[in-house]
Amino acid sequence: MIECLKKEGVDIIFGYPGGTIMPFYDALYDEPEIKHILTRHEQGAAHAADGYARATGKVGVCVSTSGPGATNLVTGIATANMDSVPMVAFTGQVPTQLIGTDAFQEADITGITAPITKHNYLVNDVKKLAYTIKEAFYIASTGRPGVVVIDLPKDVLVNEAEFHYPKRISLMGYKLVKSGNISQVKMAAKEIMAAKRPVIISGGGVIMGDACEELDALVKKCNIPVTTTLMGKGSFDERSDFSLGMIGMHGTAYSNYAICEADLIISLGTKFSDRVTGKISEFAPHARLIHIDIDPAEIGKNVGVDIPIVGDVKETLKDLAELVTEKGHDEWLERIADWKAKHPLVSFNPDVLNPQFIINSIYEETGGDAIIVTEVGQNQMWAAQYFTYSKPRTFLSSGGLGTMGYGFPAAIGAKAAFPDRAVFDIAGDGSIQMNIQELATSVREDLDVNIIILNNSYLGMVRQWQELFYDKRYASTHLKGNPDFVKLAEAYGAKGRRVEEKKDFVPALKDALNSGSTYLLDCVIPCEENVYPMVAPGACINKMMGVGE
Amino acid sequence: MKHTLSVLVRDSPGVLAKIAGLFSRRGFNIESLAVGHTESEGISRMTIVASGGEHTLEQIKKQLNKLIDVIKVADLDPNKSVGRDMALIKVKIESPQKRSEVIQMVDVFRAKILDISETSLIVEITGRQDKVEAFIRLLEPLGIKEVVRTGKIALARGLKVVSLPKQTKK
Repeated sequence: MIECLKKEGVDIIFGYPGGTIMPFYDALYDEPEIKHILTRHEQGAAHAADGYARATGKVGVCVSTSGPGATNLVTGIATANMDSVPMVAFTGQVPTQLIGTDAFQEADITGITAPITKHNYLVNDVKKLAYTIKEAFYIASTGRPGVVVIDLPKDVLVNEAEFHYPKRISLMGYKLVKSGNISQVKMAAKEIMAAKRPVIISGGGVIMGDACEELDALVKKCNIPVTTTLMGKGSFDERSDFSLGMIGMHGTAYSNYAICEADLIISLGTKFSDRVTGKISEFAPHARLIHIDIDPAEIGKNVGVDIPIVGDVKETLKDLAELVTEKGHDEWLERIADWKAKHPLVSFNPDVLNPQFIINSIYEETGGDAIIVTEVGQNQMWAAQYFTYSKPRTFLSSGGLGTMGYGFPAAIGAKAAFPDRAVFDIAGDGSIQMNIQELATSVREDLDVNIIILNNSYLGMVRQWQELFYDKRYASTHLKGNPDFVKLAEAYGAKGRRVEEKKDFVPALKDALNSGSTYLLDCVIPCEENVYPMVAPGACINKMMGVGE
Repeated sequence: MKHTLSVLVRDSPGVLAKIAGLFSRRGFNIESLAVGHTESEGISRMTIVASGGEHTLEQIKKQLNKLIDVIKVADLDPNKSVGRDMALIKVKIESPQKRSEVIQMVDVFRAKILDISETSLIVEITGRQDKVEAFIRLLEPLGIKEVVRTGKIALARGLKVVSLPKQTKK
């Protein structure tokens, strides 16, 4: 099994040992080429492997034992799969003769993970092990990437077989698409040439499909403005005049206005989540829609499409860029520039230590050269809105599943992959506590991850909804009894500092960046600061609250 | 609107659960599902009758195709395919007169008697779904004790086949 992992180029795995997976750990003990990072909870291992995969583009690998070890991976598996992250998860299993007997630490993990994986296997014969691992890495990393689980009964791990690693595999019924159908692409080119108010929506698929350069080339040739989904952050340089920032529920006003006035939308590698479209029937009412996606099931799933193109986004964009000629949209771009000037993102508490200032300062201090990992909730949206992303794989966030507790372990995974880059976990005081035990991992592995807690003593996003839609009835969202996060960090051997005044933040941040150790900044922000703009769930995306004038 | 899907799958452990799970979690309705081995080793064919509009059907086919174990999905045109259901029906017999009534019905429907005792009969009927249902309905007043039915199985008419892609045939 270790030979297989080496053949797949695996250098780091994240995991947690236990009874049934012990034979694997025993073999790993003398293995110099593969580094194992011991997390303090299996969920942390799954998120760390996910963070590693999102930051590098390689397949992330995590390992757990059977039963509770495997079920603890489940949230991490679902998180990664929902965001199409390539990952292979190995789980121990009770010996084959005990399967089905409710043995100690037995759980039907292939049954449990079937709906949240791209594929899974229960290996019942050691002779099939090498082939299965090859197939798993292939499936996880090709097409629309996803998670593959390999369940390994203990006897299979102990038995021996002659090692033969297949060079190629053939899978009936698993066909990869390359470039989109050329006549469809020609039609798309025609639409682009005819459009007066085109907008590109760039999704996570553009990053996963390594198509950012191709996107940029098309934009420059045809002068088309680009909005990204949350998952598409980093697929297009937000410093560009063509960038509209993010679309949707907490998107920029100008992005949402542009969608509502556009006459053509070119959407790339995105699933049209409800957080993006708002009220479906009023989404982009004047636009024809071109949808390019590698997964045919995404096309026409949530919104009707005029020109569907099933294809690899990189190859298809290359073809498309050749078929269009240079074109300007001065009037349209002026209208957008006007919206940008009139409706910028604003903080409603500019004089105090506010989250917008914090995120923006991180951008300024790092010159934008950092990997930003987020938890879920207000912290995630502020991190998306106020850091200017210019490169792919620099914004890592649980978009689909929306998993609190994702950020810190994922930041550990990203930092393990890129020890020389600045890595931040942007957290809330709620979500950091969902995997705070990973402080031990970060300290022991000597990873200088920076944790920024935007501490408002609330589950902020839920509180915001309660304020707006539940008459300020703050049911179970006030986090009374939060620990002293700085002391907690210190107890684990990390450094920490609490920041209450706006003027103290930048010096503290500099300190964190230069510390060379895991560093936690507990930043006290106004309790009732909200994420704006905001589209109420189910409303049309041009109906936004909190738009700056 | 009902659709009959012919689905070729790899015969791997858990494949039935994966397909059934897909239907339930995506909110698709399955009317029936029949599964068995095919002419090729290691490959099974499922005949699935599902209901829903065009959009739902499109999603069903696409989502099925995404499963790694699914090799091929075909939507069989009712005019260009044949389909059959089968049912076994146990009827309680209280008198010789009732027995002859049942036997008459069996003759009319070209059903078969599989088992006969002093107090019961088991009959087998094969045919299109509406025929099987009509037969069960007519037997009902005579005292049905137990019914078991297969799901529909179907094949395209003529030489058209839903089979493995050529290059991957073993």
